[in-house]
Amino acid sequence: MAGKPKLHYFNGRGRMESIRWLLASAGVEFEEKFINTPEDLDKLKNDGSLMFQQVPMVEIDGMKLVQTRAILNYIATKYNLYGKDIKERALIDMYTEGIVDLNEMIMVLPLCPPDQKDAKITLIRERTTDRYLPVFEKVLKSHGQDYLVGNKLSRADIHLVELLYYVEELDSSLLANFPLLKALKTRVSNLPTVKKFLQPGSPRKPPLDEKSLEQAKKIFRIN
Amino acid sequence: MATKPKLYYFRGRGRMESIRWLLAAAGVEFEEEFIETAEQYEKLQKDGRLLFGQVPMIEIDGMVLTQTRAILSYLAAKYDLYGKDLKETVRINMYADGTLDLMLMIALAAFKPPAEKEESLALVAQKAQTRYFPVFEKILKDHGQDFLVGNKFSWADIQLLEAILMVEELNASVLSDFRLLQAFKTRISNIPTIKKFLQPGSQRQPPPDSHYVEVVRSILHF
Repeated sequence: MAGKPKLHYFNGRGRMESIRWLLASAGVEFEEKFINTPEDLDKLKNDGSLMFQQVPMVEIDGMKLVQTRAILNYIATKYNLYGKDIKERALIDMYTEGIVDLNEMIMVLPLCPPDQKDAKITLIRERTTDRYLPVFEKVLKSHGQDYLVGNKLSRADIHLVELLYYVEELDSSLLANFPLLKALKTRVSNLPTVKKFLQPGSPRKPPLDEKSLEQAKKIFRIN
Repeated sequence: MATKPKLYYFRGRGRMESIRWLLAAAGVEFEEEFIETAEQYEKLQKDGRLLFGQVPMIEIDGMVLTQTRAILSYLAAKYDLYGKDLKETVRINMYADGTLDLMLMIALAAFKPPAEKEESLALVAQKAQTRYFPVFEKILKDHGQDFLVGNKFSWADIQLLEAILMVEELNASVLSDFRLLQAFKTRISNIPTIKKFLQPGSQRQPPPDSHYVEVVRSILHF
């Protein structure tokens, strides 16, 4: 019997959270080994476990995978969440990359110097309501189907719903003009695997608090 | 008769260069529309063909694709440069993601103020020598084959050659400790489609100069 996938990262969202969402939504149980100190990270590096000396790293199917996108692509393909052909895949990839871009802005916000934070938040809000969410609302409106691509749940829906939760955390009024996205969020959240992941006690990680931010900075040797 | 793919980007490397390399290596002829003014860019955005208002954009097979990695993955799959099964594909992805990260660092450095730019480029050359190239040297050593994955030419090989040449522009001796990468560089450069692309007059773009930076800044307003 194959072992469960094992995730190596610090105990926080960062670049591993979208991997947790995807695995959980696919109904895949996984283990986590948290990096709690700089020494923990050094050990992984010295073991030769990290191809480019970086995490995320996921042990799965006898491999030690690194690079967030490579990991997500593998999981999506394996669990049939990547469309039915290369054209659907291209659409899914295009949507996913846009989602990743906005998610990245939100993810790195805690690292922003205090005097630049307000400007950054304003930019995020603007991008959310003017560049990204309108695209996905329009996609759903144009075909009237339940999911973004091919009338079937794919990774694009999961990544988007994850993003919508972060947007809501920032400011729930940002979702006000996007009824179809709100409906998608509800629909996907009610899928049994996702519903389970959204409950307390699941591997889903909370927003970064001051203490966790300091710990992450120490581990990754950031300023 | 199929129409040629058409690329929309600035007249320079940036995020489009890896796409040019992949198409050229696959022996695919392509057209380009170079964005040289803010008006041109605004028109593309208003036409609604830039999904998130950004380039690179490619018209191919009846689709309008944006997002660099989405385009690269599509092309790799279409031209059979993506491995024979999922395990090969994931390795190609890991290697290609690593080299793409390195090349994007170089692309972004062009837009930094002079002192920061020098520092960034030095850091990239250092990362190439200590973090990335040793990995690929070891991969080639461990299997003793001509190509990185599955004993067959793939997207990973194209990206690695592109990255090697780009880093050599910053530091000509960067491969001095990597005997197998030197042989790899020669071998891949001699593949007919790539050899052609490396010749003057091809669609390969030169490194970013101050004019390129100025044009892009004025169009993207930063």
